[in-house]
Amino acid sequence: MAHPLVPVPTPETQPYWDGVAAGELRLPRCRACATAYFPPTPVCPHCTSRDIEWFTASGDATLYSYVIHQRPSKLWNVDGPMSVALVALAEGPMVLSTVVGCEQTPEALVLDMPLRASFIPFESVSVLAFEPAPDRAGVAR
Amino acid sequence: MMRPGDIAIVGAAESPEIGTVPNVSSTGLALDGAVNALEDAGLTAKDIDGITTGYFPVADISRQLGIFPKWCDNTVVGGCSWMFQLRNAAAAISAGYCSTVLITYGESGRSTRHLTNTGDFGAKGGLGQQFDLLYGAGRPAAMFCLPVVRYMRDFGLTEEQLASVPVAQRKWAARNPRASRREPLTVDDVLASPMIAWPMRRDMCCLVSDAGGAIVVTSADRAKDFPKPPVYLLGSGGGLEAGLASPAGGRDPLWPEFIRTSGRAAFEAAGITHADVDHLMIYDAFAHNPIFGLEGLGFVGRGEAGAFIAEGNTEPGGSLPMNTSGGGMSYAHTGAYGMLCMLESIRQVRGEAAAQVDGVDIAVAHGWGGFWSACSTLVFGKDRP
Repeated sequence: MAHPLVPVPTPETQPYWDGVAAGELRLPRCRACATAYFPPTPVCPHCTSRDIEWFTASGDATLYSYVIHQRPSKLWNVDGPMSVALVALAEGPMVLSTVVGCEQTPEALVLDMPLRASFIPFESVSVLAFEPAPDRAGVAR
Repeated sequence: MMRPGDIAIVGAAESPEIGTVPNVSSTGLALDGAVNALEDAGLTAKDIDGITTGYFPVADISRQLGIFPKWCDNTVVGGCSWMFQLRNAAAAISAGYCSTVLITYGESGRSTRHLTNTGDFGAKGGLGQQFDLLYGAGRPAAMFCLPVVRYMRDFGLTEEQLASVPVAQRKWAARNPRASRREPLTVDDVLASPMIAWPMRRDMCCLVSDAGGAIVVTSADRAKDFPKPPVYLLGSGGGLEAGLASPAGGRDPLWPEFIRTSGRAAFEAAGITHADVDHLMIYDAFAHNPIFGLEGLGFVGRGEAGAFIAEGNTEPGGSLPMNTSGGGMSYAHTGAYGMLCMLESIRQVRGEAAAQVDGVDIAVAHGWGGFWSACSTLVFGKDRP
């Protein structure tokens, strides 16, 4: 039986997961209202248009909010603590992810800190994560 | 058009035991609640022509009770599903689809006996399974609490204020023999309890309990014929939100519109203002939920709820008694707390609560569902306007 946390793509979300497998953050964007959005669906949540295109996002982001799970789910093969974060992408949408490559402490995880997309292995697939991008400090998103 | 007080609750009860009930399944808890609520209303199964439940197929429950209804509802939007079902039942009775509805709930959340869940958040191919359950984020303390750190920074909410939420509710629980946790609790105790998911400590998180409950609803014209005083439904509201984990459409996790939408609808339908509210329940899966609820419903301004609670306004003797059973953090929290939340409102309006507040003429219950992807607001009254 497949691991319950391994994502099961649908035809509508496949381009996103293909992007992650290739090490790229691909997002849907509405051609009608020019808004990028997430999660990927076949209808724009802003204007209900079905005229959707995919593009490769910059991967630049900032930390919107988070918790630090002291004992992550056993299904997620990590001995805690581990951040679960809302991340604001430079292109506008917010995504759920985790911040890796730094201490998992309130002192290290500073709200609005610059992040960049990173891809980490999980079971048989890759998933989206973020790491600190101190070189972009002070750059408005 | 339904008017305030057209619909009344004429039966309301919980399962005989709540808390840790390892010898009863989820279904059994729902059946226990249903039979108790029928007895409370002085009715039999034959008197029921409408039924609702959630987390089980509704036909599984109806046939086990020998109820063969002409109307049913199986709405599942998470913990407040039963509050939505009450609103739907009121509409169905007003429309003439049925006359007397039994709303049933049971969940073996602690003992996990035959737990079934038709609201499967992790269904393969669903957005939840693909984008929200990763990173272990499906655990409630992660998913539900994501906005708290940012709220603390933006509005100056302190850890001490957050800790004061369970402390205030424990003072109510101390008066309630059915509450699971009744021992005194201080802010220091809460801040010394183990960290679960920064900034949420154990005592800022709800219990995990077993419980069942049910209510019986009918038209107010018949409501005087029952053994217990009727509790009138004066107004109701509800709303769906994008969800917290991957908020679609640019919705603001710190100021979600659905709370205001739901609250406004309920208050306007009831024709009440905040000053009319004698008693309040706000579903507390975690300590920040009542803070967001108090502000979103308009009882206090933005950023004011933490200090409002810490100053004692919601405690016994305070100006706005809230979560008087002890709430999900001290009374019981099964997983889907909405039924237990509104049952306390009903007990308070009837005047039969363990920690009874004096003179409860109007009570408001507000519930959440699906980690802040749904909410419902109900206004109950002692008198028909």
